[in-house]
Amino acid sequence: MLDQREFIPVADDLIAGTAQEPELIGSRCRRCTTVTFPRQASCPRCTSEDVEERRLQRRGTLWTWTIQCFPPKSPPYAVASGDDFEPYGVGYVELAGEVRVEARLTEADPARLRIGMLMELTLIPAPGDSGAATFAFRPAEDDEEADR
Amino acid sequence: MTEDVAVVGVGIHPFGRHEGVTGLQMAAVAARRALADAGVRWEEVDFAAGGSDAGGNADTSVASLGLTGLPFINVKNGCATGGSALTTAHAMLVSGQAEVALVVGFDKHPPGAFNPLPEDWGIGSWYGETGLMLTTQFFAMKIQRYMAEHGITPSTLAKVASKAFANGSRNANAWRRKPLSEDEVLASKMVNHPLTQYMFCSPGEGAVALVLSRGARIGELARTPIYLRSVAFRTRRFGSFEVFSPSVPIESAPSATSEAAAAAFEQAGIEPKDVDVAQVQDTESGAEVMHMAETGLCEHGEQEALVQSGATGLGGRLPINTDGGCLANGEPIGASGLRQVHEVVLQLRGDAGDRQIPGPPRVGFTQVYGAPGVSACTVLTV
Repeated sequence: MLDQREFIPVADDLIAGTAQEPELIGSRCRRCTTVTFPRQASCPRCTSEDVEERRLQRRGTLWTWTIQCFPPKSPPYAVASGDDFEPYGVGYVELAGEVRVEARLTEADPARLRIGMLMELTLIPAPGDSGAATFAFRPAEDDEEADR
Repeated sequence: MTEDVAVVGVGIHPFGRHEGVTGLQMAAVAARRALADAGVRWEEVDFAAGGSDAGGNADTSVASLGLTGLPFINVKNGCATGGSALTTAHAMLVSGQAEVALVVGFDKHPPGAFNPLPEDWGIGSWYGETGLMLTTQFFAMKIQRYMAEHGITPSTLAKVASKAFANGSRNANAWRRKPLSEDEVLASKMVNHPLTQYMFCSPGEGAVALVLSRGARIGELARTPIYLRSVAFRTRRFGSFEVFSPSVPIESAPSATSEAAAAAFEQAGIEPKDVDVAQVQDTESGAEVMHMAETGLCEHGEQEALVQSGATGLGGRLPINTDGGCLANGEPIGASGLRQVHEVVLQLRGDAGDRQIPGPPRVGFTQVYGAPGVSACTVLTV
């Protein structure tokens, strides 16, 4: 289990905040307001280099999804053997007014995923034995309420 | 006024698995067949371009074809390798710097999904380590969204694959030649929801070569020249949803395919409705469905009725991927784009044998798409 106060992020400049309330580190263009993730040194929309760090919203809606049903090859995947592979969910979550972020999902049951459902950022152990944490989205507890 | 450019010869090395045969050897076989088809000696070729993703340097094939000193440009541009080589040859011919050009695309990949490294695509290694660096995921998520927006059903995805294998069964050069029913496709193993195993193509092996010429030489060389009216190549714009994207802007933009197709039709002075036969990138069933509309061959959402009614089959109003596409031929990255042109040339000549579409067809179209968001399209006519 992840420590409740501290965690080792799978990469630098990717995840901030606490284990309970992680935040993604993106960037925002000061000229055209475009938000990117991960953080970039220049704006992919207007080419400006005047960009600032931005902590992204922790909640959004599921824009699209799939289930990864076969073990990815290693490299680049951190786990070499596919013997005990468990399928996992992947999706893009739209953070309103910011950007759509691709991420692992904590839910791997296709019957429990649907476009438009409310999702919340969390941490999961990164694949492999590094002990690091990576970001993922989980269905938000108040999703039914939000999905009127 | 610029001179016409035409395909005057085509050659193919069968797609599939060929143990003991290198990619370069397959390229040389395809090149010799294209030269023989055109009735051209290698010494007469004054420009060549070609490439592979993983099969070696195309230029090396001149060692087996003959060292004639010709300019040979090696191309390595992912799935658009063949399209890039063709773009280069077309430009050399149109500008008068070459008279007879050869383009060749080939590849040889190990079994299983591709495993590109994030660092090569400008992304942190975490993206691959955590299991996000897969083309199959991208295509699955793109069609998942598309199905919700445009009313495409799993049955249509399965019918696309079933059609591909039916066409492949009529193509001696195809890899997968066993017909599969819609139910068999749907019942195969789930790979990435909503796409099952038989809705995906597999990385494979193969080679294709084309001989092109211009102006007065065309008539001297070809019994039935097929004119290359345009070839257009584009990369993605900000806002388009493309493979290997850790994030996607909310602001949307047309895909690289939409832009390349529009440019190809405009350059050719031909409209999508005039197309009699098309080959579009079908690395999986959903890609064929989405590319049909992105290229302008139909409206978004219209694919459901077109596929369900059989309009995209060999006897239909708009036959698509008549040689079985990537689904039946597999995906040797460097060869796929030229395979599409090879097939359109055969169909327009009336040389497609068991899979010849009625017509006779007069206008053909091809489209390839690849990482990290590139596309090449052509318009060909009799």
